[in-house]
Amino acid sequence: MTDFLLLAFIFLIAGVIAVPIATRLGLGSVLGYLIAGIVISPLLAGLGVDVIAIQHFAEFGVVMMLFLVGLELEPKMLWNMRAKLLGLGGLQVIGTTLLVMAVALMFGLYWTIALAVGLVLALSSTAIVLQTLNEKGLMRTEGGQSSFSVLLFQDIAVIPMLAFIPLLAMPELMDIGADTSHAAHGTDAGHTDDHHGDDTHGDGHGPSLSLVKGLPAWAAGLVTIGAVGAVILGGIYLTRPLFRFIAMAGLRELFVAAALMFVIGIALLMTLVGLSPALGTFLAGVVLANSEYRHELESNVDPFRGLLLGLFFITVGAGIDFALLFGQLGTIIALTLGLIALKVGVLVALAYLFKIEGQDRWLFGLGLAQAGEFGFVLLSFTVANQVIPSYLADQLLLVVALSMLLTPALFILLEKVIAPRFVTSQEQEADEIEEEGDVIIAGHGRFGGIVNRMLRAAGHTTTVLDYSAGHLDMLRSFGFKVFYGDATRPDLLHAAGIEKARLLIVAIDGKDQINALVHYVRENHPQVKIIARAVDRQHVYDLFAMGCADIIRETFDSSVRTGRSAFEHLGMHPFDAELVSRKFAEDDRFILKEMALVHDADIPTSENQAYIEKSRALMAEHEAQIFGKSKAFDLQSDRGWRPPSEQDVHAVLSNHNGDA
Amino acid sequence: MSKVIVYYAHPGQKFSRANRRMAKVARGLDGITFVDLYAEYPRHDIDVEKEQARLLAHDVIMFQFPLYWYSTPSLVKEWQDLVLQHGFAYGHGGDKLAGKTFWVATTSGGSHDAYAPNGYQHYPLRTFLTPLEQTARLCQMDFPPPYVLYSALKADEEIEIDEHAAGYSRLLYALRDDTVTLPPASNNDVLIAADLDGFLSAAKKGKSDD
Repeated sequence: MTDFLLLAFIFLIAGVIAVPIATRLGLGSVLGYLIAGIVISPLLAGLGVDVIAIQHFAEFGVVMMLFLVGLELEPKMLWNMRAKLLGLGGLQVIGTTLLVMAVALMFGLYWTIALAVGLVLALSSTAIVLQTLNEKGLMRTEGGQSSFSVLLFQDIAVIPMLAFIPLLAMPELMDIGADTSHAAHGTDAGHTDDHHGDDTHGDGHGPSLSLVKGLPAWAAGLVTIGAVGAVILGGIYLTRPLFRFIAMAGLRELFVAAALMFVIGIALLMTLVGLSPALGTFLAGVVLANSEYRHELESNVDPFRGLLLGLFFITVGAGIDFALLFGQLGTIIALTLGLIALKVGVLVALAYLFKIEGQDRWLFGLGLAQAGEFGFVLLSFTVANQVIPSYLADQLLLVVALSMLLTPALFILLEKVIAPRFVTSQEQEADEIEEEGDVIIAGHGRFGGIVNRMLRAAGHTTTVLDYSAGHLDMLRSFGFKVFYGDATRPDLLHAAGIEKARLLIVAIDGKDQINALVHYVRENHPQVKIIARAVDRQHVYDLFAMGCADIIRETFDSSVRTGRSAFEHLGMHPFDAELVSRKFAEDDRFILKEMALVHDADIPTSENQAYIEKSRALMAEHEAQIFGKSKAFDLQSDRGWRPPSEQDVHAVLSNHNGDA
Repeated sequence: MSKVIVYYAHPGQKFSRANRRMAKVARGLDGITFVDLYAEYPRHDIDVEKEQARLLAHDVIMFQFPLYWYSTPSLVKEWQDLVLQHGFAYGHGGDKLAGKTFWVATTSGGSHDAYAPNGYQHYPLRTFLTPLEQTARLCQMDFPPPYVLYSALKADEEIEIDEHAAGYSRLLYALRDDTVTLPPASNNDVLIAADLDGFLSAAKKGKSDD
């Protein structure tokens, strides 16, 4: 227990200190975690911690990240990306593999080893690149989208690679490998064999349990297809009843548990049939991208993803074998820089081929220039399958880690040196980014529902948040796009895109919730315009004090309409009834605004001198109307329609005679 | 028999004497459709399809309103803007109103003398109605001489207004029964109650109960 607490504390404090410093220096969180890992690595070594084991556990963060990426991607978008996915991604993997292989052959490696090395180094780091792109808000640029396509293709390509690599096995290599692996601290060859007793971690680690082991190929294929089908169909048909069932309990932590269960379950299933858990959860994410529970899932899984990825980056930093690195410093650095140069070359050539231009070309080229966490996975897999000797694997491990470590530096190079040259093209692109979720409607009850219908009817994209599962069911049957969740929670607002929203419509029930939501958004996202629902007059004052300019009393307009309807039934001409109720509403709003200006939440109304004076003055002016006395309406418009008097006629005539 | 519809447009009915009396009379006539435009569209939210259907269903379209600033009350303009669409009332394929009659019954505060080149209104009243006349022409409708009450503010309810309202009723019945034949008003004429006898004599003989 103490060991666990100590370890957790070391990791947490390293991250908590290093990351803010790194972000403050503009280095990004990834480099912060990596540095934190390097700093604590002697400490971990002293404690005898198996860093690689922790890294495999932390790789689950990548699985979660792909789930979240999937949630952001509707199937239609994925289909639209197919050309980039297959073209860019396929050419990048094949091109890089072949070039690396050619270089390896020049170094005199046997062709099977060279090919395996090529495959390992062709992959980039999904974790670092996506994290950095999201952090810098580059995800929606052309460079970001292209990078994402390539990363997605690579994640999928890992699966056939895992199937293919054992075919390259050369058992005679293992004799050399076994000898040297001891010298190289055995960080790598060892851990693949004992699996750390964890079935769900990471990609491609041979699971201790398997549904397909020992089955003939066709049956294994069927089981695999069945599992993928189960994920897709389950995502479509089972999640709604499941989440509705959980929502009935009304406990927030149950939702977190369910979301984790969901992701872990899919990862487990995928591992059991020998597929990539990242791919499985990605698929599940895509399936759920249209679900009303999407934002809730997103905000529940996201903190775990962040923590695990942070842990993962720390372990990458901590896992650097300094003895080996300093022993062969020149070689390792030369290999790393060579690898980066080669990958940049391939990527920039592809960008040229696919007409990705300006800054995006370099974002694409430099962003994906590192080797990735899948490289670690494949390396251990190749060693276990006797494809690459472990002395070489240890060197490559350093190259991979070092290239990942250098990625933030490449992004800094991009930002400081390359981006300034493309300022104009960057500005042009900024206009295009505005595309989705321009309006967030919090609360889809009697109030927000009508607002949503109006906005949608006018062609606006709305993101609706509501916390009643029963409600959602009904709405879904009408074909509305609504999401489950408590709108007053900052993380859900974030998931719904409050940063990019133009307008927030607060239509939830309850004074306190409304105040909390308005207060939070005013403080943290002052650029978002707010239309707030007010429960009563006092509430209007509260909202006004928070700086809310557009406040709508929830029952005021319907009350005025009821009054107007009463006038009509009592025999008033409908047009007069209209004018009178307009006048009433106008006066009432005027008085409310005047009072809100002098109202002060900190001073009790009875002691607020300005408030009392203002109300006296207004009462004197609008006495008849405030107290509902008759003949209260002096309509300006009436004067227009009241016939001119005898005097008016005389005045006109005398003017005319004067003219003549 | 012709189908007659009366569009009554008055935003300040509680101040009205002449128009209110006329409306009261018109509202009670058999076989005549009466529409209080301001009551039907107090928020100016005109139902275009409904109005077009009404126009199609009638042969004589009578607009009754007080003259405001030498024109109609604003809702009538709104009605024109929205209902008389091209393709319906004018323009390519816009012949749905062809052959119908567009009639105006209006009241003015100014006297007959004021609506003269040397009066303080400077022009005959008919001149101020030319936008409506040309509207009717563009829609291929007849525009007979408008039925007018001058000096409506001074008019005695028992005498002039009574006579004008009774004449209005006779005119509407005659239009319904096709017993009036007025020449299309190419000249700058208007009709007042006293003129009706000449035009409606045939109708009078035909209808003993009026």
